[in-house]
Amino acid sequence: MAERSGVWVYAVAENAAADSVRGVRGVADGPVHTVTVSGLTAIVEDVPLDRFSESALRRNLEDLAWLEAAARAHHRVIDAAAGGGPVVPMRLATVYSGEAGVRAALADRATDFRGALSRIGTQQEWGVKAYAVPPRAAAPPPENAPPGPAAAGAGAAYLRRRREQISGHEQARQSALAAARTVHAALSRLAAQTRLHPPQAPQLSGNSDQMLLNAAYLLDGRQSGELAALVAALAEQHPGVRLELTGPWPPYSFAGLDEGREGAQ
Amino acid sequence: MTVQRPEHAVAAQRGERAPTARHAYGPPAARVTAAGQEPALGTERIALVDLLDRVLAGGVVVAGEVTLSIADVDMVTISLRALVTSVSALAGARAEAGEPGR
Repeated sequence: MAERSGVWVYAVAENAAADSVRGVRGVADGPVHTVTVSGLTAIVEDVPLDRFSESALRRNLEDLAWLEAAARAHHRVIDAAAGGGPVVPMRLATVYSGEAGVRAALADRATDFRGALSRIGTQQEWGVKAYAVPPRAAAPPPENAPPGPAAAGAGAAYLRRRREQISGHEQARQSALAAARTVHAALSRLAAQTRLHPPQAPQLSGNSDQMLLNAAYLLDGRQSGELAALVAALAEQHPGVRLELTGPWPPYSFAGLDEGREGAQ
Repeated sequence: MTVQRPEHAVAAQRGERAPTARHAYGPPAARVTAAGQEPALGTERIALVDLLDRVLAGGVVVAGEVTLSIADVDMVTISLRALVTSVSALAGARAEAGEPGR
């Protein structure tokens, strides 16, 4: 017996994107299909409301394993759809109570969706994160430096060394921050649009180095080689930061229907 | 430092769409030991935290007849709470099992 079901929406595309998502399983492990209204296609999946109603979603999103599976499934479908042409991704957990709601949304916001699709075109999103390289990795601290003028006692010498070390750390931090700004400025010049995400907390990134930059850049697909070369060159020029490049992503960070363009903040 | 041009960049220049990948440039990372996460280098599956940045804070938010109106849920708080809870649960489980940190 069929449960009551809702409709999870992954993305909106301009052409029938059915081919690129054929055979892809969605968040509820069901088949993904399409809903088309006057040339705009929503990529959707029917999901059972016992797991995807508002109250169920609120509960489930707090469960990391559930959240991870949902986020990866959402991405899997959108990424497959993006293989077939420009897409506007929907935020995670956009669930309509029926297909009629999806049709109404496509009709109501047709101009916005078309505008976003033409703005995005063949561009792709890339992520660049910059981490401060701990001073020890960049340059060894003067732990075993020969003692200074013998006049000072061991305690005073320790305090002096400690002070130098702390001011060295502060200098390293400031110069890493400046390097991250330079990196962002250089990448922004190459990108059509940029967006800054908040730096990730160390316990979430799995990386104890301080994150100084967590940015997204929208570029034409053909510029990816140029971007990778620029990131590599910037990493060479700025040994105080470590850079991580991710992508290409579907244009998650640039899909907002209202923002015509969003500059560097 | 070795600098490699990602293969997908070359693939993209040929007009193919490459899978989302991750590449590190610069000195090796200091890892957080308690989180028990996978190593960061290479082109392995994308990090959950990068994905959550995008699917929870990006994408289109539609109003209208939706079952869950995302606009009134602080998704980032939800994800952080879920992640932090499970990270501390992981760390706790390790401590209980007497597993030393790496």
